[in-house]
Amino acid sequence: MRIPDMVPGARILSFGGYQPDNVVTNHDLAASIDTNDEWIRTRVGIESRRVAGPSETVEDMAVQAGGKALAGSGLSPADVDLVIVATCSTEVPIPNAAASVAHRLGIVSPGAFDLNAACAGFCYALEVASAAVRGGSARNVVVIGAEKMTAWVDWTDRSTCIIFADGAGAAVVGPSYDEPGIGPVVWGSAGDLVEKITIADRTSFLHQDGQAVFRWATTAVHPIAREACERAGVKIDELAAFVPHQANLRIIETIARKLGVPREKVADDIVHAGNTSSASIPLALARMTERGELVSGSQVLLAGYGAGLCYAAQVITVP
Amino acid sequence: MTEQEILEGLGEIVEEIAGVPAADVTPAKSFVDDLDIDSLAMVEIAVAAQDKFGVEIPDDQLKDLATVQDVVTFVIKNTES
Repeated sequence: MRIPDMVPGARILSFGGYQPDNVVTNHDLAASIDTNDEWIRTRVGIESRRVAGPSETVEDMAVQAGGKALAGSGLSPADVDLVIVATCSTEVPIPNAAASVAHRLGIVSPGAFDLNAACAGFCYALEVASAAVRGGSARNVVVIGAEKMTAWVDWTDRSTCIIFADGAGAAVVGPSYDEPGIGPVVWGSAGDLVEKITIADRTSFLHQDGQAVFRWATTAVHPIAREACERAGVKIDELAAFVPHQANLRIIETIARKLGVPREKVADDIVHAGNTSSASIPLALARMTERGELVSGSQVLLAGYGAGLCYAAQVITVP
Repeated sequence: MTEQEILEGLGEIVEEIAGVPAADVTPAKSFVDDLDIDSLAMVEIAVAAQDKFGVEIPDDQLKDLATVQDVVTFVIKNTES
């Protein structure tokens, strides 16, 4: 049996992001549920979030983000042979989103699968793409985090409906023959806490034990993120930015503080995006790149964490 | 640590997390009723207290700590061992 030659490294070529146009502010929410703008800003950090329309699907949003990333990559669809959609909120169990997304992007017969690691999904998918490229299973991969969380949220439950939002973020991953651009992943799960974030069945709402999740996220994530830096041989103070899953600004700031990353280097896309689960990290990266906040060649630490409870962190080089 | 030190430390934590002036964090005050601190802020306070005092306050015990004094007593009790 032959196996492909290994490729020395993988790197990100481009990012792309998409959120629906519909903006829902804290004031909008306060009109129909018992909450207020000040409480949401202080405890969660969100000022407004984007909500998809009833006929806009996870797949639709994935196509938007994936298309932008592909356009910015310098590749043509024919160069892509694997599409991964990280998602936990697709409307139907089959077919997966990835096959249709690939087709709509004009990518002809790539490998295509969805990956469910909830809010850690993008970091998981990024590692799988990196490994596929390095192992010779794929030349170029489109990795998309896409979610329609608002379809699963009880809009009368103020503990969840103020937090979650919709959108998609994407990255194109390709080979690197000099410096690796995607560092080793540190991933894992805390299955003993599996009950803390759930959707019980296909007709149920998302529930989370906010206190337990808060406690876990503010204590268990920073050692993982630190280890990802160590494994990549990158020091915390060498990082240009830290982009954790945009779960809650208090969680984000606590993790960053414990890691020793200065606040100005920490992504806070959640403020106007909401918590978009697996889309949150690539969406933040896409926006930060668009605004010119990320210098090409610099290093950024990513850390996803969420339902499962699953987590994954890795260092990447900015394309 | 003395009770006074713990009380002051707790005051700093509460001020930082909930914006309540440290001087208002006095023993008899109830977190929810007097200081207007909700359950999510309480968890933040518990995590910060763990970092500051080295004492873990699990969620199931946190819910029984209604007043500032309750937390101070809890920290003292769990530092002694």
